[in-house]
Amino acid sequence: MTEVIVATGLVKRYGDVTALDGLDLAVPEGSVLGLLGPNGAGKTTAVRILTTLLRPDAGTVEVAGVDVLAHPHRARERIGLSGQYAAVDEHLTGYENLEMIGRLYRLGYKRSRVRARELLERFDLAEAGNRPTKTYSGGMRRRLDLAGALVAEPDVLFLDEPTTGLDPSSRTTMWTVIRDLLRQGTTLLLTTQYMEEADQLADDIIVIDHGQAIAHGTADQLKSQVGGERIEVVVADPADLLAAERVVAEVAVGEVHVDEGTNAIAVPVGGGPRDLMVALRGLDVAGVELLDVALRRPTLDDVFLSLTGHVAQPGRERLAGGPGGEAATTVAGGPSGQEVAS
Amino acid sequence: MSALAAAIVDGHVVAKRNLIKIKRVPEVLVFVLMSPIMFVLLFAYVFGGAITPPDGVNYREFLIGGIFAQTVVFGATFTGAGLAEDMSKGIIDRFRSLPMSRSAVLVGRTASDVVYNVLSIAIMSLTGLVVGWRIRGSLLDAAGAYLLLLLFAYAFSWVMAYVGLLVPSVEVINNASFMVIMPLTFVSNAFVPLEFFPSFLQGFVEWNPVSSVTQAVRELFGNAGPATSEVWAMQNPVLYTLLWIGLILVIFAPLSIRRYMRASMR
Repeated sequence: MTEVIVATGLVKRYGDVTALDGLDLAVPEGSVLGLLGPNGAGKTTAVRILTTLLRPDAGTVEVAGVDVLAHPHRARERIGLSGQYAAVDEHLTGYENLEMIGRLYRLGYKRSRVRARELLERFDLAEAGNRPTKTYSGGMRRRLDLAGALVAEPDVLFLDEPTTGLDPSSRTTMWTVIRDLLRQGTTLLLTTQYMEEADQLADDIIVIDHGQAIAHGTADQLKSQVGGERIEVVVADPADLLAAERVVAEVAVGEVHVDEGTNAIAVPVGGGPRDLMVALRGLDVAGVELLDVALRRPTLDDVFLSLTGHVAQPGRERLAGGPGGEAATTVAGGPSGQEVAS
Repeated sequence: MSALAAAIVDGHVVAKRNLIKIKRVPEVLVFVLMSPIMFVLLFAYVFGGAITPPDGVNYREFLIGGIFAQTVVFGATFTGAGLAEDMSKGIIDRFRSLPMSRSAVLVGRTASDVVYNVLSIAIMSLTGLVVGWRIRGSLLDAAGAYLLLLLFAYAFSWVMAYVGLLVPSVEVINNASFMVIMPLTFVSNAFVPLEFFPSFLQGFVEWNPVSSVTQAVRELFGNAGPATSEVWAMQNPVLYTLLWIGLILVIFAPLSIRRYMRASMR
């Protein structure tokens, strides 16, 4: 398979701060690479270098067969970029924004207009198309920005934190939009600080921290680095903890963790739902009353934590109410089954 | 497409975008267009009584030419502010990620500000008429005066574009441009006749391009005769102004474009 984006040894320093410290990456045609890392890890710096907005202190970049550092103008004709800070003009309407971008891509007057209408329609912005974008919601602005990146139908797309700051429902809409794009074979490099986002969209993930790649693989490969599935139960009565531990130990493939503070038990299992049923039946027979139970696969949050020793974004995930939750198969119990062991 | 043709084609698109903003937020114009009116009233009715131009010329007649020059110099701040604002917005990343001309943002900005200058000069003319100023020369000369003002305004836009790219944020632009504008306009013959300046400043006044624009406009509008000063700049104000226009463009256009590319590379 042809590699559409190739970067080697990217280094970028700002004074004493090293934003990128020898990053390598490659994205095969038609696939999605997720650059995953916390704020300040160097994700945006990497995207800015790949999209000609910034020159690295060292390294090489090739995008769609073009040496980006030598021929930035030619590279710009092949790429689309949608950034973290929606690059739309707030005084222009959605339509005017897209038409302007078309003109600047030299699509011509007529083609620019047609294209603007097509994209507004496609991104569900047709109705808002004649309003200045400062009246748009955050999600609408991001969609318009993404539409702007697609005006010239680029082969390669860069999305820098496309859903950061969006509410959960706008995030889901954005994911749907991105998935639709991918079906058309666009090559995509995506940065995100949301584990769930990388899990949902990326074929291949590079975890970066302090400007360096600290892990690389598919979501499944990364998750298997921190172990497989586990059953988590919370008992109603602390007196039942011992009995419950004895029951679940029968399906365990590793060490059983008991948290007496929260009355929670976590046990690694190999058989998934089958083990869960066995455990539940056993608990029922033993007369253990449960508050909550879940079969949980490791999330990329767990991966990140185990790789870096710190969470990607302390506290933020849960406030945002979104990602992380869907990886857990909640069987019964409370409104937030996935948080049993937390 | 040659670099120049690309700059013009793309600059036109950017200029159109800037004009849409003026249409959507006309408030941005109101205050900047008001300021020359304030200056006319201030000098005509407050300071004017204390200043007597040479040859018995009526002060208000004398004043308007100066305020025309002052208006276009002050108006260039609009260019700087517009650019400084653009640079602080995400839209600049969009522009930079497009295969468009690198100078289009500046070419477009200075071009759209010509429209703004036409407006402010029109308002100034009306204000002048109200306080008693008249075009006393030929219409052709008057057209020449307006053209010279617009050319000077365009060139000065590039100076302020550069200032707008130097400042770290929009809030700084007004103060930063005053550092340039204040000495240029007030240490000139725009408000006060040359003879009123202390002798150590007279040399600066005589060679100050704002003085030559003012002198040129006064002569072309028929508001004043040839300058009393013997220096070449004052005796050939139109030519001297045109030389400055050329000089400013040759220096500040490339300087601003380079600065733009570097500033947006951060």
